Amino acid sequence: MADKKCFVHPYIPNSAPAVEQAMLEELGETAAENLYRVIPDNLKLHRKLDLPEPLVSEYELKRHVEKILAKNQTCDEYISFLGSGYWHHYVPAVCSEIANRAEFLTAYWGDTYSDFGKWQAMFEYQSLMGELLNMEVVSSPTYDWSSAASSAIMMAVRITGRSDVLVPSNISKGRLSQMKNFIHGRANLKTVEYTANGTLSLEDLHKKISADTAAVYFENPTFFGCFETQGKEIADLAHKAGALVVVGVDPSSLGIVNPPADYGADIVCGDAQPLGNAMNYGGGACGFIATQDDERLVAEYPTLLVSIAKGENEDLWAFGECTHERTSYVKRGDSPDFIGTSQWLNAITSGVYLSLMGPAGMKELGEGILRRTAYTIKQLSSLEGVRTPVFNGPHFKEFIVNFDATGKTVAEINKKLLSYGIFGGKDLSRDYPEFGQSAQYCVTEVHSLDDINRLVSALKEVLA
Amino acid sequence: MRKNIDYHAARWDEPLIMQLGTPGERGVLLPACEKQILEETDDPANILPAHLLRQTPPELPEVSQPRVVRHFMRLSQMTMGFDVTPDISQGTCTMKYSPKINEVFCQSPKLRQLHPYQDEETVQGILEIIYKLKLFLCEISGMDDFTFQPGGGSQAIYTNACIIRAYHEANGEGEKRNEIISTAFSHPVDSAAAHTAGFKVITLMPESNGYPSVEALKAAISPRTAGLMITNPEDTGIFNPHIHEFVDLVHEAGGLCSYDQANANGILGIARAREAGFDMCHFNLHKTFSSPHGCIGPGCGAVGVSDKLVRFLPVPRVSFDGEKYHIEFDHPDSIGQVRNYNGNIPAVLRSYAWIMSLGAEGLKRVAEIAVLNNNYLTKKISQIKGVTIAYPEGGQRLEQTRFSWETLTKDTGVTTEDVRRRIVDYGIQSYHTSHHPIIVPEPFTLEPSESFSKEDLDLYVEIFSKVAEEAYENTEVVLTAPHRSTTYQVDRSGCNDPEQWAMTWKAYRRKHLK
Repeated sequence: MADKKCFVHPYIPNSAPAVEQAMLEELGETAAENLYRVIPDNLKLHRKLDLPEPLVSEYELKRHVEKILAKNQTCDEYISFLGSGYWHHYVPAVCSEIANRAEFLTAYWGDTYSDFGKWQAMFEYQSLMGELLNMEVVSSPTYDWSSAASSAIMMAVRITGRSDVLVPSNISKGRLSQMKNFIHGRANLKTVEYTANGTLSLEDLHKKISADTAAVYFENPTFFGCFETQGKEIADLAHKAGALVVVGVDPSSLGIVNPPADYGADIVCGDAQPLGNAMNYGGGACGFIATQDDERLVAEYPTLLVSIAKGENEDLWAFGECTHERTSYVKRGDSPDFIGTSQWLNAITSGVYLSLMGPAGMKELGEGILRRTAYTIKQLSSLEGVRTPVFNGPHFKEFIVNFDATGKTVAEINKKLLSYGIFGGKDLSRDYPEFGQSAQYCVTEVHSLDDINRLVSALKEVLA
Repeated sequence: MRKNIDYHAARWDEPLIMQLGTPGERGVLLPACEKQILEETDDPANILPAHLLRQTPPELPEVSQPRVVRHFMRLSQMTMGFDVTPDISQGTCTMKYSPKINEVFCQSPKLRQLHPYQDEETVQGILEIIYKLKLFLCEISGMDDFTFQPGGGSQAIYTNACIIRAYHEANGEGEKRNEIISTAFSHPVDSAAAHTAGFKVITLMPESNGYPSVEALKAAISPRTAGLMITNPEDTGIFNPHIHEFVDLVHEAGGLCSYDQANANGILGIARAREAGFDMCHFNLHKTFSSPHGCIGPGCGAVGVSDKLVRFLPVPRVSFDGEKYHIEFDHPDSIGQVRNYNGNIPAVLRSYAWIMSLGAEGLKRVAEIAVLNNNYLTKKISQIKGVTIAYPEGGQRLEQTRFSWETLTKDTGVTTEDVRRRIVDYGIQSYHTSHHPIIVPEPFTLEPSESFSKEDLDLYVEIFSKVAEEAYENTEVVLTAPHRSTTYQVDRSGCNDPEQWAMTWKAYRRKHLK
């Protein structure tokens, strides 16, 4: 291996010595490293990188990587009750098949004349989401829900020319951190308290809303899993004050739950991860922003927007970007936001998912989750020392389970549940000390009656 | 013309998915609730308050599974991914081969079925991959720590801007240092993300050699300078040889230097951020490190920083105590979270496997062959009638080159946009012209990464020669292109007209199918 001319790698066609030689001769050069004379010598490394010896054969590489991956325990092998804004749903085989199509997997920025199918798939994703959200404009993807929410809030700040954004404290701490980071110095983020029902406090909203309020943000269902039942009241209050209403929504609820547009949302955001994207340890995210088709709103989208372009007749069309000069690609140093490579393949996959599910599938998904959640809460609440739900009212997917009366910590309980083949709910004690020893449990359509009953009996033993 | 002359793209004339199916068809069925669950819970219409219950079902299509599959297979066939064409066209994007074995790894439930909040004991494998890739990238860049949280290059640049902001705030200079210096040929997001993070941006313009002068930088530097955010080689493929001086000047003024290494493919194992004096950098794992581009993501912008900035990196972070890997949140000076969870981890896994397959010697060969390919291609393309190289005084190009069709346009009226459409008729991807601002007239930017053979390059040159010849001798065929694509030339001006644009079928129906 000392002679680098011998380092021929399958990924590098022209590493074959004869070809390399012919190309060098064409350029009148003797060695490829001579092509670096534009780089001053003092900037060059002059030594070999200190990296492990390569596993050049595919077989050895496979053995090596799979051995490391084998150390993971998965949500297939365990019954997982983890959620907290990122969810284990069933991913239909068709979604995986299409997401793995090499043409989609390896395309990038090609235009409508070369990547027509990609643009159509993105237009279809936007369209299907538009039906689900009852909105006429849907963005191409942002990085995730939190970046969508952050951008949506700043859209409202620019549209209203106002300085304050009101965000309830019943959203996740991670989301709040990301929002604060994003609007840093450009607007004032003020938090609004939540009530004993887990919903936004209208009283506190009354106190904090003013002529400076650009946006009121809330989520439905809330991070705690209970519904925000006062959507219309909040929207009315905000609109009366001249503010915009920004609502974050879990799209998997929208087969049975009213879309936020129907109770007054001006900008809707969220994550399409639950719609056909595998969890991938956090890699399944796919943020979206949606509004009605109002020029003033469209002008403030930071993302690419795919528009259909009508050809000479109904059978002939193409796709194009709507107002590309809006984006950071053109605005550069004057841009209030930015976009780039985001999560398009995940969005295309969500389009496939919605195509498969149809209205009936989305309704059944929502209904099944509502009932399984209600059933799980009911069973767990019968356990001694366990208090759930912490908030009243119906829940969707998530609910908080308090263990204070058991004298055990969530960390202890979750460690023991592992030996029962169960991932217990997310420990909230670090982010929400006000809940004491509480965990956030989550159920979706993947949980069978048997899975839920196994959790109940395991907890019974662990807490005994 | 030897090949591709008879090429024709798939043209399925496929309807939109919203136009397919019939009421009652189903694409997939979900598990029904068991009897006991149904008996012990109320009907959803009673569980939910009436005003929350959806009254009108979403107008999603109702399509059987085989038709959904056929639809999306057809759309995929009408998409020119890297795997079906030698994609030399998308300069600045580093289109390269994404090894199939890495896709096998990504299909493993050992990755797909991991929830980001799992107990760290249960994710030791993926944490090991994350941690080891951090070590690899530290060695490749000379930085001291990395995060993979940003979901793409733009978000990585933004993260670096936030770290610059946090650094000056920690030193009590947050108010004072409010300016970032960038260059016209750095990616637009170097400016846009800095502005989003609250900075004023000063853009240095290129001299006749393609890069800005040291004097221009000196004039831009002031006590307000927070940092330099720059690409090198820039999007033109030109390497600024004075980069160390740039960095030193900004450091002397108290600023930080952030290296946008989106264009790193030609310098792997050759030159690093550290030797050039940078405090921070980012790599695009979906470009340089072979993770596929996925129709514009998911990607990963890996952010690296030097020791003094490690405390500002986003949380959570992955650490190793010699025995076990850990997920850490307790970093009070951290800028917090820029994206949920740990990032697009499949891109991390692929990059790990790619580096393990190549090693130190392989990475250097990647760079050398990418630069060799580009110099070979540049020589041949520049010999085509109508083509010039932008900034001929700029010296040897590294991994990519910006060219101009200015002569062709003057001679024939054919613009770079026309050529861009016409080359598609020969089965090659439409090329990248230039990011804004368009300084080079009628630009196009090619990047033949290490993944292309000499035969690929020769064919590519042949197609360009053929199209240039057409421009001179049969102009109309270029102006009216494409002819063998999925669709014909369509007037897309409506995409910018509020009366006509339609981002959804819902809007299209209202505006155009009244």
